[in-house]
Amino acid sequence: MDIIVLIKQVPDTASRIQDRVKDGVVDLEGVTWVVSPYDEYAVEEALRLKEAHGGSVTLITIGPERATSALKDMLALGADEAVLLSDPLFAELGPRAVAHVLAAAIRDLPYDMIWAGWKAVDNDEGLVPIYLASALGLPHASFVTGIEIQDGRATVRREIEGGKEIMSLDLPAVLTAQKGLNEVRYASLKGIMAVKRKEIPVRDAQSLGIEADALPARGVHVERVEAPPDRGAGRIVAGEPQEAARELARLLHEESKVI
Amino acid sequence: MTMSATPAPTASTNGAAKSRVRFQWEDPFFLEEQLHDEERMIRDMARDYAQDKLLPRVLEANRNETFDIEIVQEMGALGLLGPTLPEKYGCAGAGYVSYGLVSREIERVDSAYRSTASVQSSLVMWPIYAYGTEEQRMRYLPKLASGEWIGCFGLTEPDHGSDPGSMITRARTVDGGWHISGAKNWITNSPVAEVFVVWAKTDDGVIRGFVLEKGMEGLSAPKIEGKFSLRASPTGMIVMDEVFVTEEHLLPNVEGLKGPFGCLNNARYGISWGALGAAEFCWHAARQYTLDRLQFGRPLAATQLIQKKLADMQTEISLGLQACLRAGRLKDEGRCPAELISLIKRNNCGKALAIARESRDMHGGNGISDEYHVIRHVMNLEAVNTYEGTHDIHALILGRAQTGIQAFM
Repeated sequence: MDIIVLIKQVPDTASRIQDRVKDGVVDLEGVTWVVSPYDEYAVEEALRLKEAHGGSVTLITIGPERATSALKDMLALGADEAVLLSDPLFAELGPRAVAHVLAAAIRDLPYDMIWAGWKAVDNDEGLVPIYLASALGLPHASFVTGIEIQDGRATVRREIEGGKEIMSLDLPAVLTAQKGLNEVRYASLKGIMAVKRKEIPVRDAQSLGIEADALPARGVHVERVEAPPDRGAGRIVAGEPQEAARELARLLHEESKVI
Repeated sequence: MTMSATPAPTASTNGAAKSRVRFQWEDPFFLEEQLHDEERMIRDMARDYAQDKLLPRVLEANRNETFDIEIVQEMGALGLLGPTLPEKYGCAGAGYVSYGLVSREIERVDSAYRSTASVQSSLVMWPIYAYGTEEQRMRYLPKLASGEWIGCFGLTEPDHGSDPGSMITRARTVDGGWHISGAKNWITNSPVAEVFVVWAKTDDGVIRGFVLEKGMEGLSAPKIEGKFSLRASPTGMIVMDEVFVTEEHLLPNVEGLKGPFGCLNNARYGISWGALGAAEFCWHAARQYTLDRLQFGRPLAATQLIQKKLADMQTEISLGLQACLRAGRLKDEGRCPAELISLIKRNNCGKALAIARESRDMHGGNGISDEYHVIRHVMNLEAVNTYEGTHDIHALILGRAQTGIQAFM
């Protein structure tokens, strides 16, 4: 079972992005970069499938040179190979163009499955895996929280509103990981030391045979981002318990309209 | 009263103003950028593990003096035991800076957990690797690396601490091997150990190392009760009453005190990093507490007295860490003298203890509650400052090194 996992390097989920918003843009200078958490679930699941069925796990990311550290972090968990797709041309791509670049890289590789997180926790769009499935003409299942492989087909459990849905897919397929799929392992010291011996090839637009004007136009532009408004101070409803409770119920009903 | 801090003047070269380099209060020397990629990754892994898996257990373990034996296997699975030894023996072949960073992260949670790992790595696995035969390495190291076996190290005796050369434990030559008799005291991990690296004097008065195994006749390891330090790891005695061992149990490649001292050198190096992990916790806790705690209508941290204490903590910790990093690089190059390790062990443990006490004080009444973790570090660091060469004994090592006169007696 050869598995490709798409990962994305995003600002550390612990960083306070709202403090970095200025003039409609987010200043990411000096931020700590991590692998998007949903992508970590995808890597973990790929490693478990490899351990159960044999095969290989190949990681792919698009990004600047710093994204190498994201690949290294996931190689340390036990992935076999990693490829960095890096080119000035790839800097500001929309999700459709990202899928186009990924498809160009993936066409040269053997695979039975492509995994990714269901979204990256930066722009929260969650579109790339869907566009990629479309570009490669593959079946796709999102929000996967469980998977079994039998007779060359995958049976997946996915989260839907108010319940679960079980579906089966022909392989190869594109699958996206949802929280709850697994618990991500820690890298081991041996795994980390082994990364030192791995080479991470970098592929640019030319080596992928991608021309600038062949990339799908973005079509959508982010005009500006705004930080959430500061939360106002809380209100204390004073008075005797009975009166205060009545007043609180009235406020919740009439002002907040939550009851 | 308002205080206005005067910012440092902007650095300028040749009259051209350059943008001011931003000071990182928690990492003044930019230690972070002096680490190699794999060192950072190893540190991150150790930090994640310690914070996710050790911190939630430590309060109960310390309160009730319980030791969760699974912890050793968890550390083994991550490669945290004997991390610097070669892969051939189930280890990772990492460098000494990585080893130090791991110690720092584990001790940030608790010195007892770091002690368990230090003993296994430096005092049990390392001597078997350095002084043992290939058969001994293959027999013991993989199982010690995985945490399947726990090891302990017996040098200190009830009446011989700083002066191990006067040890009473004897290995008497008998048909086919030795009979070992004697008692060792304050032995980390001994009540749960399978493997005992023990130092004894042979008939000719030479100190030799032996590897004993649980279940040998005459060997017992009673737990020491009532310990008010390192309560989350078990400490005991090793009592040997004519324990018979064959040639295969002798560590053949070392004689004399340099055997145990070689082991201690590695362990002390790890302790130098570890103690600063505990100190960092206490420093950060004091900073946050005094920022959050309002008295007389303003944060405690707005007072000169508190800021002076925080500055002292920051200074000692950052200098100490930079010294550890230098010692680690020298160790990786094979040129770190034992005296340098005495210097950092002595300095960092003493400073860490002082910082923990100060932090306890800055936490006021809350400081004595284990919920704030600081009192636990104070209690632990009392042992850490004492074991593996007391603060004063390391002073004598450094005194001898610069005067040429030994003043131990």
